[in-house]
Amino acid sequence: MVSPLRRRTLLLAACAPWCLGMAGAAQAAQTADVFEGDPFKSLQWPELRKAYLGANARAVFDDRVKVQGPPFAEDPMNVPISISTDLPGVQRVVVLVDRNPIRKVLELQPLRALPAVGFRFKLEQASPVRAAVLTADGLWHVGGTLVDSAGGGCTVSGATRADGSWSQTLGQVSGRLFASPAPGADAATRLRLRVMHPMDTGLVGGIPAFYVSRLAVRDAQGQELLLVNTFEPISENPVFSFDFARPPALPLRISGVDNNGNRIDSRLE
Amino acid sequence: MTQLMASLAARARPLATLACAAWLALLAPPMAAQAAPQVNLATLDYGLQARALADGVYVVEGANDDFSPANGCNIINTGFIVTGAGVVVINTGPSKRYGEQLRALIRRTTAEPVVQVIHLNLHPDYFLGNQAFADVPIFATPTTRAGMQREAKAYEDNLYRLCGDWMKGTEARLPTQNIGPGPLRIGQRELELRAFSGHTDSDLVLTDKASGVSFVGGLVFADRVPTTPHAQPRPWLKSLDLLEAQHLGTVVPSHGPVHSGTRGLQQTRAYLRWLDEQFGRWAAQGWEMNEVLRAPVPEDFRRWAAWPAEYTRNVAHLYPAYERQALQRPKSP
Repeated sequence: MVSPLRRRTLLLAACAPWCLGMAGAAQAAQTADVFEGDPFKSLQWPELRKAYLGANARAVFDDRVKVQGPPFAEDPMNVPISISTDLPGVQRVVVLVDRNPIRKVLELQPLRALPAVGFRFKLEQASPVRAAVLTADGLWHVGGTLVDSAGGGCTVSGATRADGSWSQTLGQVSGRLFASPAPGADAATRLRLRVMHPMDTGLVGGIPAFYVSRLAVRDAQGQELLLVNTFEPISENPVFSFDFARPPALPLRISGVDNNGNRIDSRLE
Repeated sequence: MTQLMASLAARARPLATLACAAWLALLAPPMAAQAAPQVNLATLDYGLQARALADGVYVVEGANDDFSPANGCNIINTGFIVTGAGVVVINTGPSKRYGEQLRALIRRTTAEPVVQVIHLNLHPDYFLGNQAFADVPIFATPTTRAGMQREAKAYEDNLYRLCGDWMKGTEARLPTQNIGPGPLRIGQRELELRAFSGHTDSDLVLTDKASGVSFVGGLVFADRVPTTPHAQPRPWLKSLDLLEAQHLGTVVPSHGPVHSGTRGLQQTRAYLRWLDEQFGRWAAQGWEMNEVLRAPVPEDFRRWAAWPAEYTRNVAHLYPAYERQALQRPKSP
């Protein structure tokens, strides 16, 4: 079902610069498909692609990019998303949410980690949640899932912001390596991290945006294992999962920064 | 070789069957089938009916289901007891309209006036019908009252979204009086209130001594996946042990059919034990919430009402605490 769509989108994207003047079927198809092949038929998609992947970015919908979420957001402040792909040569994973006021959630450079990430985020209303995966050939592969929601995830303050306790734990990291996690995951080792941070979206009256913007994980030799840029929609006190094909050399160094310049620096033995 | 395997498998089966017998016992049909009320969507009539469980002790049964406009979001069993000195109402349902229809039903059932309302916990379908009982004292434990006050606004918003027109005019009206565990004598009735926790921070059980009918609130679910927005599985399991020691007669759970004895209690216990063990194990293995959502769940649980939506909620409510515990391993010296 997906492959014809994928092929058509590819063709359109590839030939668009040359085909514009051409009459006939190609143009008709292009005019007809304002969704650019989006299986969710979201009118936001073409704009998202241009804004976050690049004006001339080539993108295909590809079911090898797996995005898992719950069918509905019981807690719109903490919607769990797990992304994985078996595509080789992944450079970047960008997570976009069509109908969030802030649509970019996270960008991962897997480096020496597997192209997989788990996290929770704030969902403002029902929306497709997408992962766009850039492979070495410059093509974006896009997968997604639909999450229904009662709404309100981005415009409500978190618990530690509401009770003021965030300042006592800001930037603290707890984490652990797990050998051979869940069935079906190809990881030998999973790193799970919890970073204490209020992750304010800036959309709650009187509370400016305040969020962890970057995290890096290095191994015992100081090699960067992965880099992740995070944005306002990531949940309060975020929990991340990163997968590795081989157990990394301990201790790990987790470092990062928030948009106010507060540093995060932690060792995981 | 294949034959040997087959015969081994055949031999193993009776054992498996025996092991299943305990489960099957929990799934025996309820003592009286619970018919979902006939809802009229055009007139927003819940079709409430009072069923006598004993002389003067009534249950008003909701659908054993999840909230939806099709069932009027009436998924709760409320009740009332005629005491000789007025009627005691146990929980008032999910909306103003439900409260009004419950009050009218009581009026049709007995000549005695309503003299008080008792809430068994803080959940919205226990008290959003209170507007129809504004003229009588409304009782809840101090913990439950504080919780209702904290959550009332979110409840209103959420139920309006889930239930639409059924909620018209509904505003949370909070209890007016404190109540706690102990005997409660009203008219000729000897009632007993017992306080537990675990399903919420304060769970009351009300028993009519003469008939042995117990309104167990949210501590016991029957043929339905338990709800957990304020739950703590271990205290809840402890409460179930204490409740079991009380030798239950007729049990009115807030959700699921009325039954006798410990059938619902055993189901609830089996589910909570499974949840507690599995969530702990999966968190210790580094599972993501999405993996937990897709994990194999015993068939017995999957047959219950509100599966799988309620399990999705259980995971959202409860798994983060197990995760935190797994990640907060004491630092090596």
